[in-house]
Amino acid sequence: MYDFAYHKPSSVADAVKLMAADPEARPVSGGMTLLPALKHRLNKPTALIDLSGIAELRGVRREGDAIVIGGMTTHYEVATHPQILAAIPALARMAATIGDTQVRNRGTIGGSLANNDPAADYPAAALALRATILTDRRRIPADEFFLGMFTTALEADELVTGISFPIPEKAGYAKLRNPASRYSMTGVFVAKGPQGVGVGVNGAAPCAFRQNEMEAALSASWSADAVAAIKQPPDDLNSDIHGSAAYRANLVTVMAKRAVADAG
Amino acid sequence: MNVTLPSAVSSGGIGARVRRKEDLRFLAGRGRYTDDLVRPGQLHGWVLRSPHAHASIDAINDAAARAMPGVRAVYTARDIEAAGLGGVPCGWQVTGKGGKVMAEPPHPVLASGKVRHVGDPVAFIVAETRAQARDAAEAVEVSYGVLPALPDIGSAIAPGAVALHDGAPDNLCFDWEIGDQAATDAAFARAHKVVRFETTNNRLVPNAMEPRAAIGEFDPDSGEYTLTTTSQNPHVIRLLMGAFVLKLSEHKLRVVAPDVGGGFGSKIYHYAEEALVTWAAGQLRQPVRWTCERSESFVSDAHGRDHVTTAELALDADGRFLGLRVQTLANMGAYLSTFAPAVPTYLSATLLAGCYTTPAIHGQVKAVFTSTVPVDAYRGAGRPETTYLLERLVDVAAREMGMDRLEIRRRNFIQPSQFPYQTPVALQYDSGDYEATLRQALDAADYAGFEARRAEAKARGMLRGIGVSTYLEACGIAPSKLVGQLGARAGLYEVANIRVHPTGSVSVFTGTHSHGQGHETSFAQLVAEQLGVPIDMVEIVHGDTAKIPFGMGTYGSRSLAVGGAAMVKAMDKIIAKGRKIAAHLMEASVEDIEFADGRFRVAGTDRSKAFAEISMAAYVPHDYPIEELEPGLEETAFYDPKNFTYPGGCHICEVEIDPETGGVEVVKFTACDDVGRVINPMIVEGQIQGGVAQGIGQALIENTVYDSEGQLLSASFNDYAMPRAATVPEFTVLTSTTLCTHNPLGVKGCGEVGAIGSPPAVMNAVVDALRDYGVTHVEMPATPVKIWSIIQQGGAALPQAAE
Repeated sequence: MYDFAYHKPSSVADAVKLMAADPEARPVSGGMTLLPALKHRLNKPTALIDLSGIAELRGVRREGDAIVIGGMTTHYEVATHPQILAAIPALARMAATIGDTQVRNRGTIGGSLANNDPAADYPAAALALRATILTDRRRIPADEFFLGMFTTALEADELVTGISFPIPEKAGYAKLRNPASRYSMTGVFVAKGPQGVGVGVNGAAPCAFRQNEMEAALSASWSADAVAAIKQPPDDLNSDIHGSAAYRANLVTVMAKRAVADAG
Repeated sequence: MNVTLPSAVSSGGIGARVRRKEDLRFLAGRGRYTDDLVRPGQLHGWVLRSPHAHASIDAINDAAARAMPGVRAVYTARDIEAAGLGGVPCGWQVTGKGGKVMAEPPHPVLASGKVRHVGDPVAFIVAETRAQARDAAEAVEVSYGVLPALPDIGSAIAPGAVALHDGAPDNLCFDWEIGDQAATDAAFARAHKVVRFETTNNRLVPNAMEPRAAIGEFDPDSGEYTLTTTSQNPHVIRLLMGAFVLKLSEHKLRVVAPDVGGGFGSKIYHYAEEALVTWAAGQLRQPVRWTCERSESFVSDAHGRDHVTTAELALDADGRFLGLRVQTLANMGAYLSTFAPAVPTYLSATLLAGCYTTPAIHGQVKAVFTSTVPVDAYRGAGRPETTYLLERLVDVAAREMGMDRLEIRRRNFIQPSQFPYQTPVALQYDSGDYEATLRQALDAADYAGFEARRAEAKARGMLRGIGVSTYLEACGIAPSKLVGQLGARAGLYEVANIRVHPTGSVSVFTGTHSHGQGHETSFAQLVAEQLGVPIDMVEIVHGDTAKIPFGMGTYGSRSLAVGGAAMVKAMDKIIAKGRKIAAHLMEASVEDIEFADGRFRVAGTDRSKAFAEISMAAYVPHDYPIEELEPGLEETAFYDPKNFTYPGGCHICEVEIDPETGGVEVVKFTACDDVGRVINPMIVEGQIQGGVAQGIGQALIENTVYDSEGQLLSASFNDYAMPRAATVPEFTVLTSTTLCTHNPLGVKGCGEVGAIGSPPAVMNAVVDALRDYGVTHVEMPATPVKIWSIIQQGGAALPQAAE
């Protein structure tokens, strides 16, 4: 990696100040994407702003009918936290499938959301559960947060501080892993609750998205059969050496069925 | 020179499941790998590599790089040529049809005039730190004139294709044949049926856990160079690099291969970086080190496989094989790596008989240069390619003949009574019992119960299939005279030096090398057994040309069959000398001295001397036949094998396919292998399991993909799928033994059988699982998207086996 300055602020305000002062600085939480990019010299930030010293970014709490998870919460913590296991077990199960043990103990939910990798797991859950992304300055509904491949509604100096998930009646998740990277080739998160039915899809397209036709079908009848005949159009889906767009379109239906079965 | 086994497995001797002596240091992180070693004053090298598949080098401007902080040197082809260094040599010259020797274009240490694959070394930058060297590499300006890429065999042999090398205008390295064409044509003329089959053996990236690394050192006082490197064969590197590249004599060049973390063939070869660090250390009078990045490994370690083959099998009405015709196009990559020409020819086409009595065979191989990373031997080296071809072909033939796939195999097996069996493709098999390994595997796999398991899977919505592979391979390479006739530029004997110390402890210096195989344990068992000393008293030493007299290293499952035999031969000399010493001490005739269980006895008496008493007498020769016998107890033996060894066996795989996703899961895998005598069953099972894991990887997920511009798309673990724990099932690994008849241990070799026998078993199972869809063939790797596409198209996808 190239040389860079290193900052370790102890508050969100200080972190944002550092980001605002230097557009070429990058915040780093778990570093599971950024550090490999640095090692490969694919990224040349002037400074890294290490968020691991900010206590207010940590922790899981229940706020009314929602679970609020701090941005620096690791995947391992999400997978094992008693309140998440009790309130949104499908989210914990999803977190338990991210990467490997090492990644789950370093990678964070805030980092994953802000990075918005098309093949990351969380965005599908955020969309399906109608989550709200919390930042240092505002609350952004998931529907307005994920804009495109590695692109979000965050401003250049804006920091994800947490995410609020409304507690659903039931939710489920299923994915097929890319045999090489183990990222999601296509994953579907389904949820049913006071916010309505949500179907979030990751891995299939340049950005996670909601499958509206499936949401309507599941609203009418919550069953795997309800989505079995719904075909995802392959247009605009990803195609690479691991899977064609048509294959991923098929996986959307298959994983939706399995996610409904997982939700019960 | 034959081994007599005790009736029961003695503690730590042959046949015991001794835990691996080396594992404690590996598991505790105390292995001493090349990259762990730190040298005073060491400098760091970085290789600037070509970003293009094929381009002229029009200019290199390194002025800015040379001026950067810490930079000590920037070397390019100009420096290498000015120093008079040679190119990277090839160790095997294949002579093709009409006596035409292969095209052997230069393989410069640093690309000269042209680059020929992405990753081709262009400049070597040496600096005080690794980061400085890398920074400087980015400042080297290379002007490339991009030329058309030849990313695969098809593009390289297309009419009008641009030539990669001036010396090979049609991109052809050689056009070679084996067997009797006329006899084969005659067999086809009287065939009841001809089955035709085309396949591509997918290209693989070896991906040893430890990336390559090298440290060069130079002692200006002695003039001696030392190269520490991640090699499977330090003496071979000394020979290739010393004699051909750096032009250094053996006595001024030491090559050390310390702990090495896996090789699978990729660390046999002499690589340019080894020469660069060694030469640069002499130029700069400081140690120079280099460690490969993982992503660099993908474009600089020799790849494996990549054969495109068409085969035709002639059968009579009863399903007996009458003749076999095979035409293979083999990808050599951009340059000839050390063993590359031998892989598709003498290590592959010579196996075309398999374990069958096919009387007439004709094989042809065209080797082709492409603008890709050089291709060379990778675990199995040619035998997996032929085994996959044959065992898929036999299944296709069974289907087309309407025969049971076991019956067609049994009808064509070479029978135990037929050994020694001369094949029509040069090899003479010494032993085997293919029915025995088949039967044992069928029983262990509960083959008879398969249809019930298939029905149960179907009820769960899964497609279950079973596949069988009955394979044979040739390893324990190799008789020097024979391989010399076939074009090898070295002998393939092995060397052991056995030093018995005064107290009876033993140091064994072997020319083979262990990079995960557990030699420190199994060789110690062998020596402990033969000399009757406790295993703790035996130390195996390898990997240093300054300690080991000579050696050809470890590959081709040769270490025990050839290196172990050399140890036996050296121990025979030790025992013979010991008998003379014992005869003197006990005032008996040498002919009356027997040696067993570590004691020299006077036959028919209770008089005896322990092994340690004899060794002490040898080193303290006060009461000693000093007139006739030199003091000391140390012997060296060179062993040249009389033949290849021929392990064989049966692999049975069961898969389940999820028709909705196309995902293939190996749910059951049974292997029964005949690897000859087993020294350590635990290590043998581990070797076979590891090989099978790699075979499953090749069959299901591993694939090397270049785009049309010659860029490697599967250039990291993000895109190149490696088998993981979840990819492999619980194995049932069995052995069934017939002894090798021509080496003193009766051993055959177990390092590669897993990777050789398993891919066709997996793919036969995949095709079987899809039988209801009319599928007759699926190309490797059977990725989810491929299987799903086949199912979507009702089986009518991808190249089909056709008459």
